[in-house]
Amino acid sequence: MVRSGLGPEHHGFFFAMRYRNYGFLLGNLVLRDFRIRYRNMSLGVFWSLLNPLVMMAVLTFVFTKIFPNPSIRNFSAFVLCGIVPFNFFSVAWVSGTLCIYSNSRLVKKVVLPREIVPVSTALANCIHLLIQIALLLTVVLWVGNKVNGYWLLLPVIFGLEVVFVCGLSMITAALDVYFRDTRYVVESANTVLFWLVPIFYPLDIIPTRYHAIYQYNPIAAVVLACRNILLDASAPPPTLLYKLFFVSVLSFVVGWLVFRRLKRGFADYL
Amino acid sequence: MSVIRLESVSKTYSRRAPRQFLRSYLFSWLRPVPHERYYALKAVSLDLREGDCLGVLGPNGAGKSTLLSLVAGLSWPDAGKIDVHGQVAALLELGSGFHPDLTGAENVFLNAALLGFTRRRTLEKFDEIVDFSGMRDFVYEPLRTYSAGMMLRLAFSVAMAVEPDILLIDEVLAVGDQAFQAKCIGKILALKRAGRVLICASHDMDALRQLSTRAIWLDHGVVLREGPAGEVIDAYAATLSGNSA
Repeated sequence: MVRSGLGPEHHGFFFAMRYRNYGFLLGNLVLRDFRIRYRNMSLGVFWSLLNPLVMMAVLTFVFTKIFPNPSIRNFSAFVLCGIVPFNFFSVAWVSGTLCIYSNSRLVKKVVLPREIVPVSTALANCIHLLIQIALLLTVVLWVGNKVNGYWLLLPVIFGLEVVFVCGLSMITAALDVYFRDTRYVVESANTVLFWLVPIFYPLDIIPTRYHAIYQYNPIAAVVLACRNILLDASAPPPTLLYKLFFVSVLSFVVGWLVFRRLKRGFADYL
Repeated sequence: MSVIRLESVSKTYSRRAPRQFLRSYLFSWLRPVPHERYYALKAVSLDLREGDCLGVLGPNGAGKSTLLSLVAGLSWPDAGKIDVHGQVAALLELGSGFHPDLTGAENVFLNAALLGFTRRRTLEKFDEIVDFSGMRDFVYEPLRTYSAGMMLRLAFSVAMAVEPDILLIDEVLAVGDQAFQAKCIGKILALKRAGRVLICASHDMDALRQLSTRAIWLDHGVVLREGPAGEVIDAYAATLSGNSA
């Protein structure tokens, strides 16, 4: 490895990848997050199931008994299609935002490409996501839907959501080092998004002129695509998928560049 | 061939606490005020070759840790040039990659990965690491039950198993007991014979005398003296005894 010039760190993540294989490190960091989260908990992985189930029960109660919407059959499956992607997003975004700060000892004192910290945090949350997707599929089949060929699109759709969260986390994680209030902005944004993502209402009741804007929100796009595939057994509209792909990849690229620019100061500001 | 080369490297920090209010950021854009900066390191040049072991001396706040973190590539210099050839392993803080809720064995794996091991090599070296640390009986206990000395033993044993091209040590040796320190010094001397490069910042003159071939004496970020280890250490030790007398 040769480092020269004014910027010694690692020339960048891909340079570092060529020099040494970071797969084992990534695996160990993901495993660490997972172990820490579930160790010393009596219910362990069941927490991943409990939270969406409780949310599903509450929202189903409110929107079938208090504000009923007769156009939706099986409200519980409908709302779970919204809860699972949103839950993953909000948890992964908050933990991603805090990842540099909470791993400050690693970032300050251990020689490693810093990008690996947000990436491993996002991946550690994926274990959470997989459990919840399993729950979602179980509920969807339980209420009488059938497996169909479009299910093959699900890994792509959720994969793009992970890419999106990863990119967004890199931006907010890097900013949070310099402005510690970033985390509160993220928390508030999550509360706002809960209402702006069609979790407990269908896209149809939104005035059509807002549809295009809704679809540019990757979380809304994932929710809508999930409902197309799981509940209507139909392909999601291609424009929806294009927008999801475009925004997710854009967020990742921008996140990567912002992070690369800001990581130089991490050791001085933490 | 020089393995580590620093050419008049400087690192400054802002004297004022970093502004973290949006308001002050906006004001400073409108009306920029030049920050008063101080030098943590000022125009430091170094040239280390294979088998060199540099002892870094100086009072607290002299810039020893800053120097090590610059060489490790953890922070960026404000001026100058740094060339580093080879794999760097850094022990800059006791157990920085360790997590208290993980067991000793899990921490060994995590830290081996952090130091650049592959999975296969970690499995190969695992027993050697545990034996060197002498923590065989406690390796499946959570790390929070370990004492500082036990944690150092484990951290150091993992780092020694890497056999890195360049090893940076920042005042962590002091925690171990005499027997373990002697063992570590033996291992470091073996690395040195194998042509590896070591930079060691410490207040422990005896350890530095045993390890170093060269030494550098820093004070307020400036190199006061650099040269063969014995000379520099004697000169530094003389000022210390002079102060206390």
